[in-house]
Amino acid sequence: MEIIKPFIQFLAVMFLSPLLLGVINRVKALFAGRRGQPLCQLYWDLYKLFMKTPVYSRTTTWVFKGGPVIAVSAVVAALAVLPFAGRQSFLAFEGDFIFLIYLLGLARFFTVLAALDTGSAFEGMGASREMQFAVFAEPAFFLGLAALSRVTGQTSLAGMFGTLTSATWAAAAPVLILLTASFFMVLLAENSRVPADDPNTHLELTMIHEVMVLDHSGPELAYILYGASLKLWLFGALIACMVLPRGGSWAADTAVFLLFMVAVAAAVGVVESVMARLRMIKVPYMLITAFAFSALALIFQMGR
Amino acid sequence: MKIDHLSSFDLSSIEIDPALFLDTVSSRLAAGGRALAYFALPDNGIYRLVMVIGFDREGVMEAYSAPAAGSFRALTPHFPELHLFEREIYEQHGLKPEGHPWLKPIRFNTPGAVPGVADYFTVHGSQVHEVAVGPVHAGVIEPGHFRFQCHGEKVFHLEIMLGYQHRGVERSFIGGPGPRSIHYAETLAGDTTIGHGWAYCAAMEALSGVNVPRRAQLLRGIMLELERLANHTGDLGAISGDVAYLPTASFCGRLRGDFLNMTALICGNRFGRNMLKPGGVNYDLDPALIKELKLRLEATYRDTADAVSLLWENASVTDRLGNTGVVDKVAAEGLGLVGPAARASGVGLDTRRNFPYGPYENFTMSVSGSGDVYSRAYVRWLEIQKSAELVAGWLDDLPAGPIEAEFGPLKPNAAAVGLTEGWRGQICHAAVTGPDGLIRHYKIVDPSFHNWQGLAMALRGGEISDFPLCNKSFNLSYCGRDL
Repeated sequence: MEIIKPFIQFLAVMFLSPLLLGVINRVKALFAGRRGQPLCQLYWDLYKLFMKTPVYSRTTTWVFKGGPVIAVSAVVAALAVLPFAGRQSFLAFEGDFIFLIYLLGLARFFTVLAALDTGSAFEGMGASREMQFAVFAEPAFFLGLAALSRVTGQTSLAGMFGTLTSATWAAAAPVLILLTASFFMVLLAENSRVPADDPNTHLELTMIHEVMVLDHSGPELAYILYGASLKLWLFGALIACMVLPRGGSWAADTAVFLLFMVAVAAAVGVVESVMARLRMIKVPYMLITAFAFSALALIFQMGR
Repeated sequence: MKIDHLSSFDLSSIEIDPALFLDTVSSRLAAGGRALAYFALPDNGIYRLVMVIGFDREGVMEAYSAPAAGSFRALTPHFPELHLFEREIYEQHGLKPEGHPWLKPIRFNTPGAVPGVADYFTVHGSQVHEVAVGPVHAGVIEPGHFRFQCHGEKVFHLEIMLGYQHRGVERSFIGGPGPRSIHYAETLAGDTTIGHGWAYCAAMEALSGVNVPRRAQLLRGIMLELERLANHTGDLGAISGDVAYLPTASFCGRLRGDFLNMTALICGNRFGRNMLKPGGVNYDLDPALIKELKLRLEATYRDTADAVSLLWENASVTDRLGNTGVVDKVAAEGLGLVGPAARASGVGLDTRRNFPYGPYENFTMSVSGSGDVYSRAYVRWLEIQKSAELVAGWLDDLPAGPIEAEFGPLKPNAAAVGLTEGWRGQICHAAVTGPDGLIRHYKIVDPSFHNWQGLAMALRGGEISDFPLCNKSFNLSYCGRDL
């Protein structure tokens, strides 16, 4: 049983992550006074897209086709080291948080490459924006994980979150609060949510992430949408593992963890409902704030 | 020659010496006038240039006319507001404005012309790139082509090329007024049915000398203000949608529908079609309907106030809207912008104030000063308040009486200008009759005709990602400009 648990966790993530976007949409609908789309809409969308034949522009090459596949594979691989409810996943190893960051970088690199491959002015613009904001988001994330590593004295994600208990919170609350805030800002930016980006806009000129995937269709678009939901899960799970005290049985921890994931999605929905999007030149300010939080956490930890 | 903006005038009375025409109109424009319409009138094988000038502060209108052939001196270098008028004259009649700096087709309606195929302004440099948007857009909207010359995210220049929607509306009025004419006016910009319909009726009524009964005037006023309420509310919702501010966006979408439904309650059509006719209106209000309208107006206005006030209270929204897409007062006056776009730049220009017509008396206009998207949104909110107040007042004391007067034949060899303030701004319809008392020339100036250039200016030096928001803050009509 102990051997198959990590695999059950991994499969649960693969299966449940599209639900998070459904939760966000329902929360936004609630604020707007609408009923909103079904919770499982993304599953139907994915099914529909997998049934479709993709359309390719004549200017594209294998890079365009390969981009979404490599990107979704990289995120799936990253999930293999991601702890679930504070318990380690089957691929956990020392220093795996650097592996995770590189996998996310790889996914981004190939998404951007696929966008540039179309030769479209819009997609080039989106690619340049994505890379520009990544320059600010990645250090914030990396530094945050490094600070967490210092707090727990561990270098694997499973180790970090495994040793994180309510006692750690009692001792290092300021550091962990800063890190939670930083991770939440990175979550919003990395998943192209308001206030960094607007996932619902149809206006190409204002898009960041969405504009890069405009030319993809059929199964490749499904990979992108699915990859996006996995990425949202990844960042949500990091926050959940950090905030939730671990202690009960596997089943109890899992239940609390899943509830908390829904709460994270709801929080994203609330943020999207109560504030407007930042103007493009101010997005880096938000990410620099996240970076400052992470750096401050690291400094606090060093001086503790 | 000074003319009365509510009555017709003799065509011969505005004729002046051809040698003096351009100098005279230049001096009048320099003296604070604004070109309401400038067109060439075919006249027995030659052309006659006609310019109608409005002095907004004084509420005075003047018209001048002189024959011209072959070419004439362009006034655009000194009065940029004329640039599209002169290009239009060149495109429609072949009269060349010599010295025009930007002589390109505007509607591509000459034989062999293909919409969008023209020389574009380009910027060269190692890191300059061009972004072309349209004419097919991502949403279900009208076609238009936009070319940005960019340096990274910064826009050096935006060129807007329209003309895809040209249908020949002006031509279809010639030989009228016929039973279809009012419908051509109502549908020439679908969201401005009452505005254009009324401008057409005003021109026809001036030409036939009919006096519209007071009750009909008030009913028209109610319809026009309801149209303004619906569109301004919709615009505020669309602006907040563009900045991803959910609450106002979703509420205003519904509230716009509520205002449109009030219009439908009066005449059976959500856009007010078939309400107006020369001489009066087609539908009357009975006491029960007035009561229902007042209840609906009160409820809808209250909800609108709640939804819109969220915009000004939310720091993330005000920060996003402020200082975005600024058009300063000098540019707004130079380009001859009209409507909320002009008033948001501090230009005191509102037909209801400057050239009162129908039920408007002592109207106070709403002006805001900063010229940015915030200001254009805020002016709309001020106008929503004003319009709701006007409609409520008119519903309260609607005088008894007929709703239409006998509409007789038009005066021969006369001309008239119909001016109204549509929700987008000033609408000008100029009609000229022949010796048989039928329309021989019809000129329409939609507010979008002036304001598209304002949008291009708003983007200059701005961010390309701000374009959709700026575009929404102007919300101009493609078909109204393309005719």
